[in-house]
Amino acid sequence: MKKRWKRFEGYVYIAPWLFGFFALQLYPLVVSFIYSFTDFSMLKEPHYIGLKNYIQAFTNDPYFFKSLGVTFMYVLYALPGKLVFALIIAVILNQKIRGIGIFRTLYYLPSILGGSVAVSILWRFIFMKDGMLNNILGVFGFEAFDWIGNPATSLFIVALLQIWQFGSSMVLFLAGLKNISPEVIESARIDGAGALQRFFRITLPLLSPIILFNFVMQMIQLFQDFSAAFVITPNGGPLKKTYLYGMMLYQNGFQFFKMGYASAQSWVLFVIIITITGCIFAFSRKLVHYEDE
Amino acid sequence: MNKKTNRRKLFIYLFLILLAVVMVYPLVYLFFASFKPNDEIFGSASLLPKKWVLDSYKIGWRGSGQFTYGRFLLNTCRMVVPTVVFTVISSLWVGYGFARFDFPLKKFWFYVMIGTMMLPSTVIIIPRYILFKNLGWIDTYLPFIVPAVFAGYPFFVYMVIQFMRSIPRELDEAAKIDGCSSFRIWTDVMIPLCKPAIFSVIIFQSMWTWNDFFNSLVYINSVRKYPVSLALRMNLDSASRVEWNTILAMSLVCIIPCTVLFFVAQQYFVDGIVAGSIKG
Repeated sequence: MKKRWKRFEGYVYIAPWLFGFFALQLYPLVVSFIYSFTDFSMLKEPHYIGLKNYIQAFTNDPYFFKSLGVTFMYVLYALPGKLVFALIIAVILNQKIRGIGIFRTLYYLPSILGGSVAVSILWRFIFMKDGMLNNILGVFGFEAFDWIGNPATSLFIVALLQIWQFGSSMVLFLAGLKNISPEVIESARIDGAGALQRFFRITLPLLSPIILFNFVMQMIQLFQDFSAAFVITPNGGPLKKTYLYGMMLYQNGFQFFKMGYASAQSWVLFVIIITITGCIFAFSRKLVHYEDE
Repeated sequence: MNKKTNRRKLFIYLFLILLAVVMVYPLVYLFFASFKPNDEIFGSASLLPKKWVLDSYKIGWRGSGQFTYGRFLLNTCRMVVPTVVFTVISSLWVGYGFARFDFPLKKFWFYVMIGTMMLPSTVIIIPRYILFKNLGWIDTYLPFIVPAVFAGYPFFVYMVIQFMRSIPRELDEAAKIDGCSSFRIWTDVMIPLCKPAIFSVIIFQSMWTWNDFFNSLVYINSVRKYPVSLALRMNLDSASRVEWNTILAMSLVCIIPCTVLFFVAQQYFVDGIVAGSIKG
């Protein structure tokens, strides 16, 4: 009897998480799916309306595709920018650089603070028409340019705040690079592999699991992100150029109280994220190298 | 050959220094700009103030008029501290379960937990809001604290699991032979050995909760309860012509705790982020 109980002892420890999973994650997930087929709002009782929310989003919402497009652009700017930059700097710092600690600290600092409203405010101040950047450019004789107010640049400025936070990925890549044994690189060098070849044939494959993990997590986060955009460009920016999907969800759900509709839209995003993640994992089987295989 | 590598090195250092300047300049600028009078902020490219003033801090600190930044900072602490404490305890508890016990369906639950790391928070926020509203938790900090009690931040559980796996099993085997219960092993063996992981959890969770904007925006409605993130945005939006020097001063005040934490406990940031992400 006692032995049988012993098998389940682990459940004593994971019980809080199990409860939290069912009550705070699975239950809301299911409920949000149900809401998405209703006209639920805070003001009246929900009614089942079938696929109406989804149909409305795809056929009769002036902002839906606009916002989806903006979000894809945002991810396309920020994700490769951040990761490629992080990788390049990590590789440079990995070459026995003196003062590596100082550089690492300084590059990492923006990642610590970058998510705060304070830094978003600073960002808005830097790039606004009479802000810091234009003041500096003015010294060199450039005319003031409205970086945030101009629809051509506004989204990029918001994405730049993400790229500025490349430090957290860099630290990860740096740790991964430290794990690659120097002998492997050295023997490749003796075999006549050039620097670029060594990077693409050895370093990159050995680092690929970390890159994949980081890529996926950052992508999921970027698809939903809107805090910075919300502070820098409160109304979705010029011509709604920074009207990110998360902002649309927030407005529909918590400002217009169209919670059924917002739930449907959130499920569209969810399906998009799952699909892309699935494709990445399927595609990565060929590209990502796991050592134990 | 030697000359060539030297020039290359020099070039690399110049690049790294230049990049460091570009990266940190906005933050340095924020510091000095907060001491400038409002009219000097505009139209001057110089970093240092011509005239140092403290007005921006005096006026900015007043906050909404009714509530000062002292209040908002205190609110943020009241939100951050319990969230962090419960995250540490629950992550250690649950992490111990996954790292040291074999039980039916363990693999399954482990992958479920990893999966929830990828679950977009935007999908579940509406039902969570309704749930918390029905429980009367809106405009309190419970929507932050209760998920922490139930290990609702899987990133940290995963971090602890990874860390515990690196602790040799012989240590708890020995304690078991000495007749320690699994709870005693948790309190007397695992927790002391997990110190680095605990520091990482404390640091990351403090920082994330301190900086959180989206959840505060949804769950906190009244100015009286505002954490700093909402207070700053309120100041930014409420003034018709933004008093930029006051708002920059208060922005600086709000990032100082995280900055200090970062410099004091830097090593744990690096260790934590690495432990939480590389599969061991």
